[in-house]
Amino acid sequence: MNEFLQQLINGLSLGAVYALIALGYTMVYGVLRFINFAHGDVFMVGAFAGMHFGRWLKPFAAAWPEWLFASVVLLGSMLFCAVLGILIERLAYKPLRERPRLTVLITAIGVSLLLEYSGQLIFGAAPRGFPSLITSTSISGLGGLRASNIQLIVLVVTGLLLLGLHLIVMRTRLGLAMRALSLNPTAARLMGVNTNVVISFTFGLGSALAAAGAIFYASLYQAIDPFMGVLPGMKAFVAAVLGGVGSLPGAMVGGLILGVVETLVVGYSKLLGIPPGYRDAVAFVILILILLFKPSGLFGKTQREKV
Amino acid sequence: MLELENITAGYGSITALHGVSLRVEKGSIVTLVGANGAGKSTTLRAISGLVAVREGRVLFEGEDLTNKRPHQIVARGLAHVPEGRMIFSNLTVMENLQMGAYLRRDRAGIASDLEFVLETFPRLRERTWQQAGTLSGGEQQMLAIARALMGRPRCLMLDEPSLGIAPLLVKTIFEKIVEVNRELGLTVLLVEQNAHLALEVSHFGYVLETGRILLADKSAALKTNPAVQAAYLGA
Repeated sequence: MNEFLQQLINGLSLGAVYALIALGYTMVYGVLRFINFAHGDVFMVGAFAGMHFGRWLKPFAAAWPEWLFASVVLLGSMLFCAVLGILIERLAYKPLRERPRLTVLITAIGVSLLLEYSGQLIFGAAPRGFPSLITSTSISGLGGLRASNIQLIVLVVTGLLLLGLHLIVMRTRLGLAMRALSLNPTAARLMGVNTNVVISFTFGLGSALAAAGAIFYASLYQAIDPFMGVLPGMKAFVAAVLGGVGSLPGAMVGGLILGVVETLVVGYSKLLGIPPGYRDAVAFVILILILLFKPSGLFGKTQREKV
Repeated sequence: MLELENITAGYGSITALHGVSLRVEKGSIVTLVGANGAGKSTTLRAISGLVAVREGRVLFEGEDLTNKRPHQIVARGLAHVPEGRMIFSNLTVMENLQMGAYLRRDRAGIASDLEFVLETFPRLRERTWQQAGTLSGGEQQMLAIARALMGRPRCLMLDEPSLGIAPLLVKTIFEKIVEVNRELGLTVLLVEQNAHLALEVSHFGYVLETGRILLADKSAALKTNPAVQAAYLGA
């Protein structure tokens, strides 16, 4: 039982990262009905932005408490990626707004490759150590449970970010416009919604969350490289499908489930007879099962229209 | 108030409107009747910026609105209730109404207009917190009109408000259209397949056929016009 809870903690902190990335896929799908395959690479840029911004900031922040420094690095990276996401949409996707979806999808793959290889050109291909923003300590809990403070911080801050997102989407004017646009773009335009503004806002928000996920991921695993976004990106995409593409609670829950299942499969690999090297296959087995048995996902609504 | 000068518009290689000109006087109800595919909806969509105007001009209160974007056009006070209602089905009735007032910042004005539309459509008041998709067709149409009114437009364009709605509710909805026209002095451009009904409530009418204006006259005169009677009134 204890070991199970232990794995659960590990799984949830990984799942939190997946959830943060998955939200970006799902939000963009909501307003534009396409999967932004470059999203995982925005996540990668978030990690590098955090690292370089942190290095630059360090001399000025010598007297700052650790939490303040970490928060500023987190926010800086989120802001950088928000701008990057908005630029990607403006430059690469917006000119193709009236074209077939497939055109945009292929463009997204192109943007993804561009970011990966630009990253390789600028930062080199070798993995780099990610500086620890918060000194890692181990916390022992009831019954010999152990978690690192970083894992707990990741869970708490993710919770805060999700709460913030919920408030933005449910309580603000732009959030209402986002929901209206995803339900009926034509009607939203007739209400006076400037779709370009809402689409930019959505890309900015999704990219910022991916950057937060990247800082957490890099803090948990302490190594980053230009291709680090590929697998988490694909897994977060699976998480979005699992939750039901277009559904925000779906992306959150899908991400957490995926993180936990993946961790459990590795943790119990002996018992299950699955070698731990298969951890990356878990997500894709889930994807196949979901597409076979419930393509609309856990929270997805099957489209029905009243005529 | 609203004037179309020789509008040509269409979809891809198809031209749906071949030089449509019409005038809507301030404070009047003007109707556009015609068969399916005559270009009635396209005319409204061209005015509200959903379809590109290829030739001609759209003038509203003397301002040229040709090919402005939809959100700019609605900001000028020209609201469009689209065919098929297009309510936001997963939002509540209240959120739909809030979307109608999306461009407005005057809280007091919004609150009093909300009271006005709920007064006008009491059925909506009972269902404020319900998801709009759970409303009946007629109620959804009321919501679509109420939502447009929340933007406090000076001109309201309605596309087929009677489509697929129980006859009793159609009657109510048309009474409300006349009511807001009278009480608010709201100018109305009404597209309607039910020519009987449309000519009954309107002051002036245009008959549209395959993208061209065939007839333009006072509604009372159109009603007794033998050609209109034969083609659209089933007499």
